Amino acid sequence: MTERSEGINKHSTSGHSSDEGGLMTAVAETDLARHFEHTIERDQRIEPRDWMPEAYRATMIRQIAQHAHSEIIGMQPEGDWITRAPSLRRKAILLAKVQDEAGHGLYLYSAAETLGVDRADLTTRLIERRQKYSSIFNYPTPAYADVGVIGWLVDGAAICNQVPLCRSSYGPYARAMIRICKEESFHQRQGYELLMTMMRGTDAQRAMVQDAVDRWWWPSLMMFGPPDQDSPNTARSMAWKVKRHTNDELRQRFVDMTVPQAEALGVTLPDPDLRWNPERGHHDFGPIDWDEFKRVLRGDGPCNAERIDRRRRAHEEGAWVREAAAAHAAKRRTP
Amino acid sequence: MSFDNVYEALTGDGDARWAFGTGFTDPLAGVETAVPPGVDRADLTAYCLMLGDDALVMSHRLQEWCTNAPDLEEEVALANIALDLLGQARLLYARAGHADGTGRGEDHYAFFRGEEEFAGVRLVETPRGDFGDLIAKLLVFSTWRLALLQRLIPSRDPVLAAIAAKGVKEVAYHRDHAARWTVRLGDGTDESHRRMQAGLDRIWPLVAELFTPHEAEVRSARSGVGADPADLRAEFDAVLDQVLTAATLRRPDVPPDPGGRRGLHTGALGLLLAELQSVARAHPEATW
Repeated sequence: MTERSEGINKHSTSGHSSDEGGLMTAVAETDLARHFEHTIERDQRIEPRDWMPEAYRATMIRQIAQHAHSEIIGMQPEGDWITRAPSLRRKAILLAKVQDEAGHGLYLYSAAETLGVDRADLTTRLIERRQKYSSIFNYPTPAYADVGVIGWLVDGAAICNQVPLCRSSYGPYARAMIRICKEESFHQRQGYELLMTMMRGTDAQRAMVQDAVDRWWWPSLMMFGPPDQDSPNTARSMAWKVKRHTNDELRQRFVDMTVPQAEALGVTLPDPDLRWNPERGHHDFGPIDWDEFKRVLRGDGPCNAERIDRRRRAHEEGAWVREAAAAHAAKRRTP
Repeated sequence: MSFDNVYEALTGDGDARWAFGTGFTDPLAGVETAVPPGVDRADLTAYCLMLGDDALVMSHRLQEWCTNAPDLEEEVALANIALDLLGQARLLYARAGHADGTGRGEDHYAFFRGEEEFAGVRLVETPRGDFGDLIAKLLVFSTWRLALLQRLIPSRDPVLAAIAAKGVKEVAYHRDHAARWTVRLGDGTDESHRRMQAGLDRIWPLVAELFTPHEAEVRSARSGVGADPADLRAEFDAVLDQVLTAATLRRPDVPPDPGGRRGLHTGALGLLLAELQSVARAHPEATW
C-alpha cells in the first residue's frame, strides 16, 4: 500500500470551513487543488480530512454508497435460500456468506460517512430510489444452483471490478476493499465448490446448474457497466484513480478467466459466438443486450420492486427498535 | 493474495483452495468419541436429538430475520447467533448418529425425520413475530440453555461435554445480547416497553415446558450424562428477575401450557420443516 498523503492539505477540511486558524486564507484553493492532483499522481491516498474537489467528494459518495447498497440488497436473492439449504453444511456456509455481505455494507457505509454523509440518510436515498445498487440483484433466484452460480459468476465479476479498487485513491474505500475482496474471493470459491459438487451429483442437479448458468451469464457481463464509448464518466474517474480499468477491459478479463472455469465445471456458457481469438489473445463474445441492461437499471427488472419493498419494510418495521435504543441511551446519559 | 488473477487455485484441493485457509478448527479434536461403558446409547441418542432439535429450530427462526433486522449491526449479530446454534445442532446430530449405531450423518436428522420425530421444545417453534417477540424468546431460550450447557460440561459422555464447553461460551454471548436488548426495549420508549412486555407475555405459557423432564432426560441425568431440567429453574428465575427488573418489565403471570418433549408440537413446526426440508427431500439422491 502506498503511504498516505502528507503536507498542507491535512489541515484543511472539505473546503467548506470559513476559518481554519487562517490557514484557508493563507493557502489558496488553487494550491490545494494542485496538491490534490499531485497526491493522486504520486499514487498516494486522499484521506477524509484532506482537501478534495467537491466533484471528487460527490463521486466517491455515490460510488461507495452504491456499493454499500449493493451489498445490502445483494443479501436478499441468496438469503432467500438459507432456510431451505439442502444440507446443514451448505446452510452454515450460506448464512455466513450473507452475514459477510451485511458486514461489507457496514464498512462501506462507514467509509461513506468519512465523506460527511450519514448511513440513515443513505438508506433513505436507497429506499426512495434516489441512489442505485447493482442491477444484478434484480434477477430472481428460483433454484438452489443459483446460490452457486451467484458465487461463481456474480461474485467473480464483482471481484474483477473490485480488486483494482483496493488501489482507489480514496483511502478509506481502498482499505475497506482489501478486506471485502478477501471475503468475496472466499465466497467465489464456495460458490464454485458447490457447483463442482452438484455437477458430480444427479442429472437433475447438473440440469439445475446449467439452467442457472444460462440465466446468470449475460447479466454477469452487464455488471461491468455500459461499453466504454457509452460511459461518459470513465475518463474522469480514471484520472482521479477511483477507477483503474475501463468497463470493457474488465469485462474481457472476466470472460477470459471464466471460460476455462466453465470447461472445468462441465457447463456451457450460453453464447454461440464465444471463442478464442488468437490474434487478439482474448475470447471474442457475442453482443450484449443493452436494452435489457437499461430496462433493469431504470427499475423494470424482474425483482426491482420486490427488493426495495423488502428493504423499506425492514427499515420501517425496525424504526421503533432504533428509536428505543436511542431513547434508552439518552436516559443513560442524563440520569 | 494475488490481485491479478483471483481465479487461481479455484479448482485446487485442500485448505489452500480457500486462499486464506478456512480458519475452522474441529471442536472435537482430541476428544474420545467412543460411547463410555455404562452409558445407555438409546438415551444418549434421544438426549442429543432433543438438544439438537432445540438448536436447529431456534436457529431457523433466527435465520428468518436475515434481511429483516432493524439495523445492520443486528443483522450481523442475529446471523452469528443462528450460526452458533446451527453448529451446536450439527455436532449433536452427529453424536446421535454415532450413539445410535447407525452412523447416519447430521443431515439425516435434520432433513429426513418427520415432525412427530422431532423432540424439541415448543418455545423455539413459535413464529417469527416482531423484534420484541424475538428478544423475549432469545432471552428465555439462552438463559435456559446456558444453565443447561453449564451442567453438561462434566458429562460422562466426553463428546457431549466438549459440545457443551464450546456452547457455553457461545450462549453466554447470546444471553448477554438478549438481556441488553431486553433492557433497552423495556426502558426505551413507551412503544418498545409495550412490545417487549407483549413478547414476554406471549411466550410465557411455553416457559414451564422447559423445566418439565422427559424420561430420557431424567435417566440421562441419573447416569451422569445429562442434566435434569427441573434443576435449572432456580437459576433461570434469578437471571430473569434481574434482567426484567433492570428493564422495568414484569414477569408475566399466565397459566402454563402443559406439554413436554413428547412429539407434541405447535402447528408452526410442520410448516417450518416443510420449508427446511424442501430441497433436500426433492432431491433425495443428490449430494450437496
